[in-house]
Amino acid sequence: MSNPTLVMYDEEFQEINEVIGRLLKEANAKVIFLVDKNGQLISGVGETERFDTTSLASLTAGNIAATGGLAKLIGEKEFSILFHEGEKDNLHISIVGGRVILVVLFDNRSSLGLVRLRVKKSSEELSGIFEKLLIKSEEREKRGSADFPFAEITDDDIDNLFS
Amino acid sequence: MSFINYASREINCKIVYYGPGLCGKTTNLQFIYQKTAAEAKGKMISLATETERTLFFDFLPLSLGEIRGFKTRFHLYTVPGQVFYDASRKLILKGVDGVVFVADSQDERIDANIESLENLRINLKEQGYDLDKLPYIVQYNKRDLPGVMSVKELHSELNPTNVPEFEACATTGEGVFETLKAIAKLILIDLKKGK
Repeated sequence: MSNPTLVMYDEEFQEINEVIGRLLKEANAKVIFLVDKNGQLISGVGETERFDTTSLASLTAGNIAATGGLAKLIGEKEFSILFHEGEKDNLHISIVGGRVILVVLFDNRSSLGLVRLRVKKSSEELSGIFEKLLIKSEEREKRGSADFPFAEITDDDIDNLFS
Repeated sequence: MSFINYASREINCKIVYYGPGLCGKTTNLQFIYQKTAAEAKGKMISLATETERTLFFDFLPLSLGEIRGFKTRFHLYTVPGQVFYDASRKLILKGVDGVVFVADSQDERIDANIESLENLRINLKEQGYDLDKLPYIVQYNKRDLPGVMSVKELHSELNPTNVPEFEACATTGEGVFETLKAIAKLILIDLKKGK
């Protein structure tokens, strides 16, 4: 398969939340989301309850995929930053470590310049964490699947989901 | 590519409904959306043209319940079926965990079915997937219409590898949940043994 399964552990999850929590304050943003390139929401901080986070994640990934397709057509590898300006709220979308998408929603209490600056710093930290995560998953995979939650599931477990 | 989150104890998987234009991919998702309890589903998103043809994708998040303490979520996507949207179709296949091929059972659509199936194989290959190794189901849709091909004929044209197949009528919902259950099950079994 082309991509290994993305696995998230408690330790890295907390580290990620710390970084995006700090970014939220420093960039004066309303909400920040981290989304997998396949459209799965990884985490979110700020006023997340006001938004349909699942839809947001899926559409963001679709957006990145579409602009990535455009980039290739004109001979670019990807467009690493997208900016959408609204009447009140704006979206700053960037690719972190080639694999995950960082979405920052902000209004006129912040500015594009500030967001860009802070995002750049946080992106480096996040890249490091995701790299660590990848190595960790690979190591665990090599060691075998003893702690994998699905290794022991039975047909009954699966059937029960649909009962 | 599924996403396993130990921190929030969730497993997310992606299912893509593929098939020729107007075969009923969106209708499959609409029926699932209508018949699923509010707490088990998210909002259905359709990026469609003014004439309700899928432009980019439809998206429906479903939450099936827990397995071994892990919330099991399935994200259902459709692709735009029309031939000229091929660039968009490729994008939606990224990170797919399982594929449902929705075939139009009408006699005059057999060439479109075959072409779409070949296109699926090629597009998957470009992403590094092999259809024969992925959880994969075939659905023969529109069984209620007059002048449809027999399942035996459809099988020989569209299902040479003998994957599970279902007859359906997506507008009334016949066979829709059977198809979904079958692909979800294959994905979970794949997750189990793939590790």
